[in-house]
Amino acid sequence: MKNEWPLWEIFIRGQHGMSHRHVGSLHAPDAEMAIKNARDVYTRRNEGVSIWVVEANHIAASSPSDKGPLYEPSESKVYRHPTFFDIPDEVGAM
Amino acid sequence: MAAPLTQDEALFQFLLRMGDNTLILGHRVSEWCGHAPVLEEDIALANTALDLIGQTQMWLGLAGEVQGEDKSADDLAFLRDVWDFRNVLLVEVPNEDFGRTLMRQFLFDAWHSIQLGHLMKSSDERISAIAAKTSKEVAYHLERSADTVVGLGDGTEESHGYMQSALDYLWPYVGEMFASDEVDAAMVKAGIAPDPASLRADYDALIGRVLAEATLNIPDSGFAHKGGRNGKMHTEHLGHLLTQMQWLQRAYPGASW
Repeated sequence: MKNEWPLWEIFIRGQHGMSHRHVGSLHAPDAEMAIKNARDVYTRRNEGVSIWVVEANHIAASSPSDKGPLYEPSESKVYRHPTFFDIPDEVGAM
Repeated sequence: MAAPLTQDEALFQFLLRMGDNTLILGHRVSEWCGHAPVLEEDIALANTALDLIGQTQMWLGLAGEVQGEDKSADDLAFLRDVWDFRNVLLVEVPNEDFGRTLMRQFLFDAWHSIQLGHLMKSSDERISAIAAKTSKEVAYHLERSADTVVGLGDGTEESHGYMQSALDYLWPYVGEMFASDEVDAAMVKAGIAPDPASLRADYDALIGRVLAEATLNIPDSGFAHKGGRNGKMHTEHLGHLLTQMQWLQRAYPGASW
């Protein structure tokens, strides 16, 4: 529909030290209202301390049909995974 | 002529005014739930309504304590009749359309935020504590409603028309928020709350700035409907609202879940 507001992708940071994560999308007339709408839609249960909004058409995405050339070559290269080290428990989640 | 109000009676009236404003506006805004023009606004309006009803619990809860008749916030909200309500008329007028709903919200939020700023310095610690807690919610309400008023006022010709007619309709209900009476005089004397009339200059400056940005014209009329905050005469709309809001407790007294 021509009169519809643009779509915005919403990223929320759950707590200090964490990275922003994509939580969903919504419609809004501009960036400021997108942040307000995101506050009302996605943080009403105390989910976040920071909001990023990006207009959806500004996101460039890889093409699903390129899956082979893009991702398959790394499947056979297990030595790239850090599974050959003993990681001390104190390090926690990585 | 009735005997002059005792300090507790005046305080009770003041608390009813605060709590009835948030209760009735909260209910009005909740009427949009499931009907707003877009999903995002629907959720935002429901959040605002819930904030206001949460604030009501604090104001009417304290009112019940001060009254000393063992009444809870729920008793005061659901078991009083029209003539016992002390909200300003502005908050009981019907939603009509989205534009009028948002304009009413903005005109109230502006007063509410200024009022709470003063109440944070109240000599009554119970009141300053409620004001401190609720002022953060209200700061957001004001930011949101002001932005929407600007967006729609300075929007398309159609949205501008809706917002200007909303302002024209609601303007005569603004003055009541600044009318002072003997209840206010008692609150001022005790350092509990400011004189409503003293908030007008800040209010005019705030709404003047936003409405100018929204390219809307403030009507050139000082006429003010009154009768809500002193309970002398509510509009016909409040009774209809209460039949919706109170029917369950009226039909099934004491029902809970």
